[in-house]
Amino acid sequence: MKTDIKLIQDGKRLDNRRLDELRPIKIEAGVLHRAEGSCYLEWGGNKVIAAVYGPREAVPRHTQNPLRAIVNARYNMAAFSVDDRKRPGPDRRSREISKVISEALENIIIVERYPRASIDVNIEILDAEAGTRCAGLTAAAVALVDAGIPMKDIPVSCAAGKIEGQVVLDLGKDEDNYGQADLPIAISPRTGQILLLQMDGHLTLDEFNQALDLAIKGCYTISEMQKKAIMEKYQKVEEVK
Amino acid sequence: MTKEQREIVIPSQLLGDVKNKKAGRGTFVEKGKIYAEILGVLNASSEHVDVIPIKGRYDPVQQDFVIGIIIEAMQSSWLVDINAAYPALLHVNEVPWDVDFGETEKYLNTGDCVMAKVSQVDQEKKLQITLKDRNLYKVKGGRLIDIEPQKVPRIIGKKGSMISLLKKYTGCRIFVGQNGRIWIDGSYEGIKKVIDTIYLIEKKSLSYGLTNKIEDLLKINAKEVH
Repeated sequence: MKTDIKLIQDGKRLDNRRLDELRPIKIEAGVLHRAEGSCYLEWGGNKVIAAVYGPREAVPRHTQNPLRAIVNARYNMAAFSVDDRKRPGPDRRSREISKVISEALENIIIVERYPRASIDVNIEILDAEAGTRCAGLTAAAVALVDAGIPMKDIPVSCAAGKIEGQVVLDLGKDEDNYGQADLPIAISPRTGQILLLQMDGHLTLDEFNQALDLAIKGCYTISEMQKKAIMEKYQKVEEVK
Repeated sequence: MTKEQREIVIPSQLLGDVKNKKAGRGTFVEKGKIYAEILGVLNASSEHVDVIPIKGRYDPVQQDFVIGIIIEAMQSSWLVDINAAYPALLHVNEVPWDVDFGETEKYLNTGDCVMAKVSQVDQEKKLQITLKDRNLYKVKGGRLIDIEPQKVPRIIGKKGSMISLLKKYTGCRIFVGQNGRIWIDGSYEGIKKVIDTIYLIEKKSLSYGLTNKIEDLLKINAKEVH
């Protein structure tokens, strides 16, 4: 295993990105026929598909809330999404991610509109290359809009981190594995509120603030792409002659 | 933007200020500003602003006529899927027949289709439907198709203009449920034509002067048939 790998050379990263540059992102809304809303997203080497079902009556019944809807996000990694085959099924990591994504989405969906219902969001990671939770949440947001679910904002997620002692935006696979810190966040771009914030590794307070600002900046860039993807899909529908 | 197409808005899009506009359906107000809450078509005038959804579940409203499919027959009631977020309850008192306790299956069974009216929607969104109104009965024969519930007003047209057009040119019997289910009965060719036309309307639902365009189209096809 290479541990003496140089992550930054002449101000450029392994994949020739600048320190504050995102990986290429492609978003497509409404790709699945049977789901109420869906989204396919490619973010560097990540390939994610998100599907929204509902609002529908929540089962089992004891999970129902008579005042509001519950949001069930299910994050799942395909067995073939990583180099070594991943054992299929939910594990500790995917349950954690499902939970934090559910909670982020719950704060943005107008849940009071559908009492006793559940809104199910399935996030399937087809190909993984670091930053899948950000990619998953970003795709889920587009799928929710596509499903016509009332929301206060379109959430967006992005990560920043620290490699070779420098704060950088959107860690790639090797940067994540051999870097010093990873800071995925999700925000509501209209208000700037933070919906999700996790951190792995060590950062000083200054570095943390720097990384947070950088990640928020990245979020706004991606937010524009999300909006463009939704508009493109529905502008196209209109033009059918 | 020309008047040929309508403007699409997405959630969180700024639509105006509460000072000079009234926030309507599909919008929410935060700190004196009006934002869109759903993906939809903007419907704004000088006084108020609305967003008409283009996708999403059917939101049941009292007095709506719907087409439901029985999910389950219980001792003294049926559970009916009306395409909403929740199943609706159809009680034996709400049907025109005299049903004995426990004999609900003799009248309506799982998979049967009924035309019904939404009789009650409470705060918890518990739904009740009834068959006790004009022209409500168990559906026999014909074809049932599903469309996007939000497109139903376009299928019906202004004061039923579009639907009467379809009936006139094809001679079919058509019942449009507010929940996006449409029942059609008639000759084989007629049904086919209605279904094709309805899907066309659904696709083109955002353009102006649609009723006239559809009428022209039906006229051409009518000549071909005769």
